Amino acid sequence: MDLILFIVFALIAVVAAINVVVQRHPISSAVSLIAVMGSLAVLYLLLGAEFLAAAQVIVYAGAIMVLFVFVIMLLNAGGETKAGRSFVASLLGVPVLVALLILLTYFTARIYPRQTEVHFGGFRGGTAQAVGRALFTTYLLPFEITSILILIAIVGAIVLARKELE
Amino acid sequence: MTGHVPLSWFLALSAVLFSLGVAGFIFRRNIITMFMSIELILNAVNLTFITFAYQRQQVAGHLFAFFVMVVAAAEAAVGLAIILTVFKNRETLNIDDLDSMKN
Amino acid sequence: MDSFIVISLIKIFVVFGALMTILAYLQWVERKVIAHIQVRPGPYRVGPHGLLQPLADVVKLITKEDLIPPYVNKTLYLAAPFVAMTMALLSIAVIPFGPKIPVFGYQTYMELADLNFGVLFVLAVSSMGIYGIVLAGWSSNNKYALLGGLRSSAQMISYELPLALAIAAPLLISNTLSLRKLVETQDGWLWNWNLFHGFQYVSFIVFMIAAFAETNRIPFDLPEAENELVAGFHTEYSSMKFASFFMAEYANMITVSCMATLLFLGGWVAPWPAAYGSGYVPVAIFAVAGVVTIWRGLNPRRARDRFTFPPFGVVFLVAAAVFLVPLLQSMLLPLFWFCAKTGAILFLFMWIRGTLPRFRYDQLMGFAWKILFPIAMLNLLATGLAVALFS
Repeated sequence: MDLILFIVFALIAVVAAINVVVQRHPISSAVSLIAVMGSLAVLYLLLGAEFLAAAQVIVYAGAIMVLFVFVIMLLNAGGETKAGRSFVASLLGVPVLVALLILLTYFTARIYPRQTEVHFGGFRGGTAQAVGRALFTTYLLPFEITSILILIAIVGAIVLARKELE
Repeated sequence: MTGHVPLSWFLALSAVLFSLGVAGFIFRRNIITMFMSIELILNAVNLTFITFAYQRQQVAGHLFAFFVMVVAAAEAAVGLAIILTVFKNRETLNIDDLDSMKN
Repeated sequence: MDSFIVISLIKIFVVFGALMTILAYLQWVERKVIAHIQVRPGPYRVGPHGLLQPLADVVKLITKEDLIPPYVNKTLYLAAPFVAMTMALLSIAVIPFGPKIPVFGYQTYMELADLNFGVLFVLAVSSMGIYGIVLAGWSSNNKYALLGGLRSSAQMISYELPLALAIAAPLLISNTLSLRKLVETQDGWLWNWNLFHGFQYVSFIVFMIAAFAETNRIPFDLPEAENELVAGFHTEYSSMKFASFFMAEYANMITVSCMATLLFLGGWVAPWPAAYGSGYVPVAIFAVAGVVTIWRGLNPRRARDRFTFPPFGVVFLVAAAVFLVPLLQSMLLPLFWFCAKTGAILFLFMWIRGTLPRFRYDQLMGFAWKILFPIAMLNLLATGLAVALFS
C-alpha cells in the first residue's frame, strides 16, 4: 500500500515537474507546479509530517501559487518566444542534465542503501503539537527572525507596488 | 515487510526534482517560469528535510522545511512585485531583454 | 480491516447521496426563501409547491447543448469546473456529523475520516478551491471572465487571512485541531459552546463575514457581478460545466456552515443535556409542524392547499414518531441538532442575499485589510491572552 502510494505520487510529481520545465506558457507551468506540490504533500503525509503536509497545501499551493497565477493573469503575457541560444548550451544542455540526474541518484542510492524503510505511521512526531512545541521552545529565535523577514517582505512588496501608482 | 518504501527512493525523487528545477532555471527565459523553477528546487529540498526527519525520528527537519516555506512566501511576494515593476517599465518578461546593466 | 472498508464504502455512498440531494434542494429552498422575502410565491409549477423543480433543473442542464467556445485553452477550460467541484466536495470527508454509533454491531463514527488535523485539512482544501474559479476565468479567453477570475483570486486571498485568524481563536480555547475533539469540548450546556465563551462572538462574526466572501455570496459576489461582468468567471460555460460551478458554490456554502457549527455552535451537541429533556425537542417541533400543516390543509387559504398540505402534515407526524424510537435516537438526535444548526446558518446566507446590496470592489478590499484583518488579529491576541491567564 505504501509502495503503491509512493510510486503513484512520485510519478505524478516527476511528470508534472518535467511539464513545469518544458511547457511554453507560464500558466501551464504554474498548474503543473501545483500538481507537484500536491503530490509532495501526500508524500509528506506518508513520512508522518501531517502538519507540514497541510502547510504545504495551504501556504505553497494555496497562497504562493495563487500569487503566481494572479501575476501571470494580470500581465496576461503570451507564451515564451524562442530566444537565440548559444550553440554549446543547446548541444550540451540535455545530456548534462541527464548525467547530473544519474550521478545524483547513484550517490543517494549508494550512500543510503536499503537500511531504513518508510512505512506510514513509522514516525508520529510530526503533529501540529510537536511542531508547535519545538517552534516555540528550541527554535524560538529563528521563528522570531522569520517573522521580521516576513515584515520586511511585506513592506518591500508594498513599496515596489506603490511606485507604479505615482 | 513487503510494501514498504526504501528511504533512498525519497531522496532519489528529491534529487530528480532538484535537477529538473535547476534545468528549468537554466533553460527557460521567462522570468516567471524561472522563478517557479526555484520554487521547485525549494520543494525538492523540503522533501529531503522531511525524509531525514523520518530517518532520525526528530521533528527538527520539519521545522527547517517550515522555515523554507516561510522564506519562499516572502521571496514570492517581493519577487513577484519586482516582476510586476519590471513588466510595467520594460513590457517584457524575457530575461535576455533585461540586460541594460551589461553595457 | 475488511469490515472497516465495507463500512467506509457504505458511509461514502450515504454521505455522497445525501449531499447531492441536499445540494439540489438547497437551491429550491433558497429560491423559496428569497421569494418569500420579496413577497412572491417562488417556484410553484413543477410538483406540489415546486418540490420537483430541482429535478426539472437537472434535466434541463443535462440536455442543454454543451458548448466549447473557440480560442479557449481547452485543457484548463475543461479542468476548471472539475477542480472547483472536487475541491468543494472533498472537505465534507472530514466533517463529523455525530458521535460514535453502533451500526450492525460495529462501532463507527458518523464521519468519513477522523483526521487529527481536520481543521487544517478543510482550510487546505478550501484554499485549493480558488483554482477552479481562477483557471476558469483565465482559460475562457474572455475579458469579463478574466476580470472575474482576477477579482476572485484577490478577494479570496484577502479574506482567507481573517478567516484563518478567526478559526484560530476557538481552536485556542478548545486546544485541538481535530473537529471531533472540538465538538467534545463544547459538550453540556449552551454556555459551553465556543460562541458564548467570553467575547468569542467577535470571532464568530469575523468568521461569518469572511465566509461570505470566500463562498462568493452576496454582499461579496463581486467575481460574478452581473451588471458589470456579465456572469463573471463562468460567462463562457454552459450545460453541466456551468452546473458544476453552481453546485460547487452551494457545496462550499454547506462546508462553511458545517465549519461554523463545529467551531462555534457545538456541532451535534444539544443546547442542554438530554437529562433535562433536550431529546424531546425534535419530536415536539415535528409534531407541532405536522398538526399546524394538517389544520392549514383542512382550512385552506388557497384551493390547492387542501390536497398538498395534509400529506406534508402526515410526513411531519411520522418524522416526529421516528424520533421516539429508542433504537434510532442515538443516531438521529445528533444528526438533528447538527442539521438544525447548519440549516440555521444556511438560512442566514439566504436571508442576507435577500437583504443586502453588493459592495463596491474598493470597499471590499478596504474592508478586508483595514477593518476585518485588524479586528481578527486583535481578537486572536486577546483570546490568547485570556487563555493563558485563565486556564
